[in-house]
Amino acid sequence: MTGILLLLLGLLSNEIYAIRGARIVTLAGEPIERGTLVIRDGRISEVGPDVAVPAGAEIIEAQGLEVYPGIMDAVSQLGLAEVGAVPVTVDTVELGDFNPQIRAATAVHPASEHIPVARANGITHAVAAPAASFGIAGQASLVHLDGWTVEEMTIAPSVGMVLHWPSLETREFDSRTFELKKLKFEDVKKKYDERVEKLGEWIEDARRYARAAAADGERDLKLEALARVVRKELPLLVVADDERDIRAAVEFASARDLRMALLRGRDSWKVKDLLREKGIPVILGPTLALPATEDTPYDKPLTTASELQAAGVRVIFASFGSANSRLLPHEVGNAVAYGLPWEEGLKGITLYPAQFFGVADSLGSIEEGKTANLVVTDGDPLEINTEVRYLFINGKLVSLENKHRSLYEKYRARP
Amino acid sequence: MNRATSTLLVLAAAVAARAETVAIRGGTILTVTRGTIENGTVLIRDGKIAAVGTDVSIPTEATLIDASGQFVMPGIIDAHSHIAAESINEGSVAVSSMTGIEDVLDPTDIDIYRELAGGVTTSNVLHGSANPIGGKNAVIKHRYGKDAKGLLFEGALPGIKFAMGENPKRSRGSGPAARYPGTRMGVIDVIREAFTAARAYQKKWKEYEEKKRDGQKGLVAPRRDLELEPLVEILEGKRLVHAHCYRADEILQLLRVAEELGFRIATLQHVLEGYKVAKEIREHGAGASTFSDWWAYKMEAYDAIPYNAALMVEKGVLVSLNSDSSEEARHLNQEAAKTMKWGGLTEDQALALITINPAKQLRIDDRVGSIEVGKDADIAIFDHHPLSVYAVAQKTLVDGEVYFDRARDLERRAEIETRRKALLEKQKGESR
Repeated sequence: MTGILLLLLGLLSNEIYAIRGARIVTLAGEPIERGTLVIRDGRISEVGPDVAVPAGAEIIEAQGLEVYPGIMDAVSQLGLAEVGAVPVTVDTVELGDFNPQIRAATAVHPASEHIPVARANGITHAVAAPAASFGIAGQASLVHLDGWTVEEMTIAPSVGMVLHWPSLETREFDSRTFELKKLKFEDVKKKYDERVEKLGEWIEDARRYARAAAADGERDLKLEALARVVRKELPLLVVADDERDIRAAVEFASARDLRMALLRGRDSWKVKDLLREKGIPVILGPTLALPATEDTPYDKPLTTASELQAAGVRVIFASFGSANSRLLPHEVGNAVAYGLPWEEGLKGITLYPAQFFGVADSLGSIEEGKTANLVVTDGDPLEINTEVRYLFINGKLVSLENKHRSLYEKYRARP
Repeated sequence: MNRATSTLLVLAAAVAARAETVAIRGGTILTVTRGTIENGTVLIRDGKIAAVGTDVSIPTEATLIDASGQFVMPGIIDAHSHIAAESINEGSVAVSSMTGIEDVLDPTDIDIYRELAGGVTTSNVLHGSANPIGGKNAVIKHRYGKDAKGLLFEGALPGIKFAMGENPKRSRGSGPAARYPGTRMGVIDVIREAFTAARAYQKKWKEYEEKKRDGQKGLVAPRRDLELEPLVEILEGKRLVHAHCYRADEILQLLRVAEELGFRIATLQHVLEGYKVAKEIREHGAGASTFSDWWAYKMEAYDAIPYNAALMVEKGVLVSLNSDSSEEARHLNQEAAKTMKWGGLTEDQALALITINPAKQLRIDDRVGSIEVGKDADIAIFDHHPLSVYAVAQKTLVDGEVYFDRARDLERRAEIETRRKALLEKQKGESR
């Protein structure tokens, strides 16, 4: 019922909305305990305790409700992966180790069932990121989780270059025999060194290309893309978990004067001082994870965010998936349960990723002039039982309907 | 046994019993079956709950646990687990009923402890889903530190794993060499063939027993068949079937083939499309044990919805939430909370999904699953309401004994770190 109503509201949209009487958590100063927020032409045009509702505005009575900046999934596979075990529905991993020229937005499927499912829990925009087991996976794209085409969805087609750092892991899971194979360290190390050297060569080539490009050389699409990394227009999004790998990646980026974020970062708590010193933010993987080893404290994945934050490292959260993107607020809630200040947690899925990806002038907080990506809830968005009542993406009131809701209603009505 | 020894034993038992009186005081008690008690006391004697309420008198010898401002709930029961086992899947044959988890229990598995730290006290450790008829289960209590036998939930009805769909037909490509079945048709056929053989085997034994009773001489007992024996137990209601399944059609086919062969499915495991055939599940009398919100990881999980548990509850099915994962098991309380958001269950209904309902499904509800006088003192204490994302488990008791204590865990970390460093130094010294 609510869904149909919302849909109708959306269709009748006259592009001016007023959310009235809500508690507004702007993340740009103190919350407004009882205020009004006006949306006009896709943007937040006014927000405050004494804002008048403009004539002709669609009014959303929000007494008792709360307004937050829309939640951003800073690294996801939304639109790229539909059914994990069915390879033909997955477009995350390209062949080859060096694919800086490919771009996630090319393959983001606007009709993916995952998009409205994530949306229903308050996720309004997301970075879709390619992946790899090793190497330069490609460019990540920032998209609104609404739009008829990917062009309408796209906020920034390229916001980072994904690099999966080579691993020194000597245990390898053989999916054919379901057994752990033990590899010789010397062999693994040799391959590792070769890969790191190769990465270094690519960066050097890109640097030369950047210089030569001015001199009217032949185009090379791979180097052209990587040149944006050496010019620091694009950050390197480096996926690494192991302490050794993280240290090596930080050293690599820092020696070459590249901007980077650490992705996933299972052992980042062991490297927090280095990360703070270099100003490298961490885009943490799910907090609901098992400790890396038997003698690691049982709650380490839950306390990692708060340890990093206390040490002065910027913490951002991401789902790294598509089906679980909607769980992002709960993952953050768990980090808060284990010591992360609540507002830091919330900023880690709103303001901080927007700042890191260079879109904080339009997203990440509730301020006049910013894009109206907003979530209206009946309470704390990090709490499991909180319901999303309304969702605005790019200033439009978006339906909360999805595959799950419609299957529920269909079979609930089965006699 | 001579008199002196037995006197000593009685004395020892008396001493132990005295030490084992525990009072959990001052907390909000979520009994699950008898409502919520504010500022109540749970009195534990000899591992059992001796009294619950607001006016419980606490004996002077009782060990006190202060739970003021905290929440006391029954220990969480995970109806689908694969922890504490050296191996899970005997996938080389289509029927592996001759195998069992009890033979490979690993009491040192750290996951037993990690799950205690999420309030879990009982787990149904199941064989994997590689075959239509899998191996036997082991229901365990999380008595971390005890040996394999000490883990076993004494008296729990034995069970066995069945599996439908993508896993037993092994259509996902990269596995070992092909093995029948390769389709959902074959999966049902394997079950029908196996129980046809089990019926014949059961008949052979019955005839033998009858002749023996009649006093016939010179009888030779039928040869024991360890594959068919557990199936006969199923036919005789002595062994519970826990069946892995996803799609509504295969769920229905399984219920029907079981009815045809003369047995019942105790629990449908995962049962992600159970909401589509809730009526048939209820009519068959099967319980349903599902995930809160996992979906789309494979084709048969594409119609999974987070409303599944709540909708099945609404349609009268006995539902539990399980983990199937040593990670997920650490926050089953949060998984239960999701059913309030997706489908509108009440707090008690949500908590029942991880306590009394799985206890009923495993037929151990006379022992665990709620805070009631006479039940085992398996209890979890959280600092916030366990259905909140902010709840952190503080203490977990099994049989009245504290097996997890967050404060103690935190205290001991420095000591573990020191020992770790010393060992690393020692190793460096040796390799020099």
